[in-house]
Amino acid sequence: MMSEESGVSGPLWLLAELTYRCPLQCPYCSNPSNYEESLSHELTTEEWISALRQARAMGAVQLGLSGGEPCLRTDLEEIVAEAHKLGFYTNLITSAYNLSSERISNLKEAGLDHIQVSIQGADKRTNDLLAGTACFDRKIAALYHIKEQGYPLVFNFVVHRFNIHQVWDLLTLANMVEADFVEVANCQYHGFAFLNKEALLPTPLQIRQAEEEVARFRSQLSRKMEIFFVVPDYFEEHISPCVNGWGTTMVNVSPNGRVLPCHGAGEMKHLPIPNIREQSLQDIWYHSTLFNQYRGTSWMKEPCASCPEKEKDFGGCRCQALAWTQDAANTDPCCPKSPHHGLIEKLVDPASQRQPLVQLRNTRGTKMEFGELVFRGAAKAT
Amino acid sequence: MSIYLHSIITRNSMYRFQWEETQGCHVLLYPEGLVQLNQTAATVLELCGEETTAAALIETLQERYPQADTLVEDVMSFLHEARDENWIVVRDTE
Ligand code: SF4
Ligand code: SF4
Ligand code: SF4
Repeated sequence: MMSEESGVSGPLWLLAELTYRCPLQCPYCSNPSNYEESLSHELTTEEWISALRQARAMGAVQLGLSGGEPCLRTDLEEIVAEAHKLGFYTNLITSAYNLSSERISNLKEAGLDHIQVSIQGADKRTNDLLAGTACFDRKIAALYHIKEQGYPLVFNFVVHRFNIHQVWDLLTLANMVEADFVEVANCQYHGFAFLNKEALLPTPLQIRQAEEEVARFRSQLSRKMEIFFVVPDYFEEHISPCVNGWGTTMVNVSPNGRVLPCHGAGEMKHLPIPNIREQSLQDIWYHSTLFNQYRGTSWMKEPCASCPEKEKDFGGCRCQALAWTQDAANTDPCCPKSPHHGLIEKLVDPASQRQPLVQLRNTRGTKMEFGELVFRGAAKAT
Repeated sequence: MSIYLHSIITRNSMYRFQWEETQGCHVLLYPEGLVQLNQTAATVLELCGEETTAAALIETLQERYPQADTLVEDVMSFLHEARDENWIVVRDTE
């Protein structure tokens, strides 16, 4: 079904955030900082299946099953089976905390195409400290099972100030488990991670070293393993485009049915957030204020409005503009032309003061100490 | 490594090849990615769903498109591209 209204075509990508529940507590988690509101009233199996059908009919072909921890949903196999039947390419994005060999094979049978495993550190101690939960051994076991059962293996290493020095060890580990793709992704400071940006942001020197290590590793690699290195926006000279532009490619359904143009848009409290329980996906995609607000370029303010780059980078990230400038229609503050760029410069300046605490992603607001800094222990609630 | 007429070619099983009605074209799907294929690319990739050789591919295509005059070059250059992208696996017959 080709459905185009006023030149807008349907989404290609459905990101289904099945639950925000998660056994891990990563301080860089990009779930919305108010994720607690979505811990109850999760969509039912039938509601998810209806969402899949609607998205597929609109042309979506890639399906990301994420969270939180999607494996906590006991109906995951059922959802995967339906997605497969509909012709989606299904990607499971998981911490592999509770991904047994049996589950991996049941999911394969249901038609799952690919599993992406995130890891928090290259060794048990670092990983478990940064995840706030002991999970390293379970992950390693899962990685072997995934590979054994013939899935393409994508390894996602989220780096920040406290683990970016482990890039080499991590790549060695990825190579050992025969990963097909490795993403060394600097954490993006959206949602929950925004609260911890001062503590988590690496120094420019750390980033340069990591980049060099990635290049060196690539050059001595004897098997086929693609390595991507993603620098945080704060250090980029060029503004990274928002996917293909707001409301063009991606549709995100959150655990309790909120439909968003991107996973960070849950923070947009100035606009009504549509819900798939109340409206069809088709109606939301084409007619909701949230999806139409930042489509195209006519909403832009200066300096974007008269900038020759605007068709290429779409004015950068709306979520970042909102988080830093309290107005999502402003130029992304990462852009040197933004009047708010000084905020970013101050943040990335290695000499600037750093916040000593990171807040773990849990509902208790636990704060923790890393390295040489003084922190509160996880047991002492704040 | 070059690709020869007798090289054995198969589509990389990691990629899924399918027709997408809404996009009006064939696509290759892989972890979190998608490539929209043009007619030649789609025809070639469809044919290498099963083990074949470059020569057999060219012959089939010649029958299908008898008026195409740069077919050999087109197919060979696409095969090189597809191999570099890892969409196909190429083996030599010894
Ligand atoms: S980033 Fe960490 S805490 Fe957040 S959903 Fe993923 S595994 Fe869970
Ligand atoms: S001013 Fe706006 S459009 Fe121009 S480069 Fe910066 S973010 Fe992009
Ligand atoms: S608004 Fe920002 S976070 Fe959302 S999709 Fe665009 S670039 Fe990504």
